[in-house]
Amino acid sequence: MKVLVSVKRVIDYNVKVRVKADHSAVDLTNVKMSMNPFCEIAVEEAIRLKEKGVADEVVVVSVGSKSCQETLRTALALGADRAIQVETEDGLDSLSVAKLLAGVAKDEAADLIIMGKQSIDSDNNQTGQMVAALLDYPQATFASEVIVENGEAKVTREIDGGLQTLAITLPAVVTTDLRLNEPRFASLPNIMKAKKKPLDVKTPADFGVEVGSNVSIVSVTPPPERAAGIKVGSVSELVDKLKNEAKVVS
Amino acid sequence: MSILVLAEHDNQSLKPATLNTITAASQIGGDVHLLVAGFECQTVIAQASKVAGVSKVLSADNAVYEHQLAENIAKLVVDVAEGYSHILAPATTTGKNTLPRVAALLDVAQLSDVIKVESADTFVRPIYAGNAIATVKSSDSVKVITVRATGFDAAADEGGDAQTEVLSQVIASEKSRFVSEQLAESDRPELTAASVVISGGRGMGSGDNFKLLDGIADKLGAAIGASRAAVDAGFVPNDLQVGQTGKTVAPDLYIAVGISGAIQHLAGMKDSKVIVAINKDEDAPIFQVADYGLVADLFDAVPELEKSL
Ligand SMILES: Cc1cc2nc3c(=O)[nH]c(=O)nc-3n(C[C@H](O)[C@H](O)[C@H](O)COP(=O)(O)OP(=O)(O)OC[C@H]3O[C@@H](n4cnc5c(N)ncnc54)[C@H](O)[C@@H]3O)c2cc1C
Ligand SMILES: Cc1cc2nc3c(=O)[nH]c(=O)nc-3n(C[C@H](O)[C@H](O)[C@H](O)COP(=O)(O)OP(=O)(O)OC[C@H]3O[C@@H](n4cnc5c(N)ncnc54)[C@H](O)[C@@H]3O)c2cc1C
Repeated sequence: MKVLVSVKRVIDYNVKVRVKADHSAVDLTNVKMSMNPFCEIAVEEAIRLKEKGVADEVVVVSVGSKSCQETLRTALALGADRAIQVETEDGLDSLSVAKLLAGVAKDEAADLIIMGKQSIDSDNNQTGQMVAALLDYPQATFASEVIVENGEAKVTREIDGGLQTLAITLPAVVTTDLRLNEPRFASLPNIMKAKKKPLDVKTPADFGVEVGSNVSIVSVTPPPERAAGIKVGSVSELVDKLKNEAKVVS
Repeated sequence: MSILVLAEHDNQSLKPATLNTITAASQIGGDVHLLVAGFECQTVIAQASKVAGVSKVLSADNAVYEHQLAENIAKLVVDVAEGYSHILAPATTTGKNTLPRVAALLDVAQLSDVIKVESADTFVRPIYAGNAIATVKSSDSVKVITVRATGFDAAADEGGDAQTEVLSQVIASEKSRFVSEQLAESDRPELTAASVVISGGRGMGSGDNFKLLDGIADKLGAAIGASRAAVDAGFVPNDLQVGQTGKTVAPDLYIAVGISGAIQHLAGMKDSKVIVAINKDEDAPIFQVADYGLVADLFDAVPELEKSL
């Protein structure tokens, strides 16, 4: 079985985000970039499937400028076998990314596509669902457990009301939630080995995809600041404030 | 202009987030139609037809829609999409599961988690865990949008008198099958709709200690929430997680107990009207957003607070 994993390069989750003064975008100059945490979970799950003997090959793919090769190397160091960069400008919209990922999935004849549920930069939570739709594959989003057997994936999903389990026929798309696994760290020898693993560069034309978007960004502004509050000295002072000042408790 | 809203429900009752989504639809302007797809969901359809501002209810009542499988619902929505300028759903796990699939089938973009309607083609949505607010404009022929409930008031659930149109399409994917579900049972208000929320973090120390919050929740009619750390540690189930990648809440009162205030947690609660933080570390970042901060050991402060209410 072949597993395809998408990985996105995003601002590191520890970085305090700043909006550019001209309100055109978030300022990404000199900030630390990392693999999207949900993609790390996706890579880990694929590697575990390989370690269990369920998957034979793990291919990772990223869509973006040359800098995303760094993210692909990280995935290779974690244990992926091979990488594909689809060279584009950064910040394509999700539908374009989904069309490219669907193109790669078809080209590779991947049996299982594992993606993050959400990028922590644009917080869209949609690309996986779009890839599944474009390929007419079934989907299981927000996965907290994945069991692959007999040509099916049995996936437990984190939903608002609790947990739901679906069985989907392969080929299929799974998107990861936080509790699916705890990703490993890459060891130094594996980081060295990753430099020699194959990394192919493709273009949208290779998949017959024309990228573009009907969505334009009007502005990006900082959120409204909350006025600083006060510290109270005791529980009774707190209760008094809640009753008589904020009036949220009667 | 007509707008289609996909109703969120559990085959028994309409979920509150649907009402906020209807308000967003009304702000865009035009006729608002509500699609109720489910199984043996006639009470939901009855509720739907009474919601103020809804002019038509589309009813698809069939076993294939019982569990809201994205494969089936997305194709149903696409089947009826013609003539609509906008297709909206609440930004819940159900809406987020289905609507991107609808958008891709229609070959248009999707806008996630919209918190404000600027005009019929321009919308506001938080990005980067709410640390930036993007205003985006779409020129797609049909705009597919998930709506964050906390951005809009709820439409009145009485006063409407919509006609119902019964849909006969039966769309069933062979590729996806419902196996089981484990739904949280609680007598408390729903986390995303509660006017008071009390959340515990890693500082609670154990699942048993979460019971300390019950007394306060009972007295205030509050829902109970949690940080990711508390869920990861197994103290409480996943459906309690508040934050960037969990639920977004904006109650009148949010009480954070033993939560440090990481940006990912703040993303889910910083629009609450009044925030209270109880934490023993006076430098915890949660105090930067708290209206009232109490530096104290929660094991002393929480029982005392319960008694004083
Ligand atoms: C201010 C601003 C606003 C924007 N608003 C929108 C908008 O409203 N709608 C819109 O469609 N786009 C928008 N974009 C573009 C956006 O930044 C994303 O690049 C794009 O939407 C890609 O999807 P995502 O990362 O949001 O996907 P999500 O659906 O959140 O990501 C899910 C998963 O998809 C995979 N994935 C996503 N992108 C890639 C990639 N490049 N390579 C490999 N895997 C990937 C990853 O596995 C990821 O975990 C906006 C950009 C900016 C700067
Ligand atoms: C991709 C990604 C997504 C994430 N999504 C979310 C999300 O949706 N929601 C979320 O919450 N987090 C999320 N996180 C995690 C987030 O970064 C933090 O790790 C998490 O919020 C910390 O939880 P906490 O505050 O309970 O724990 P900690 O940061 O460990 O804080 C515990 C606090 O309890 C206090 N404390 C301890 N004992 C006591 C006591 N006896 N009395 C009083 N105070 C005490 C401590 O002083 C400390 O401030 C995400 C992280 C990533 C990388």
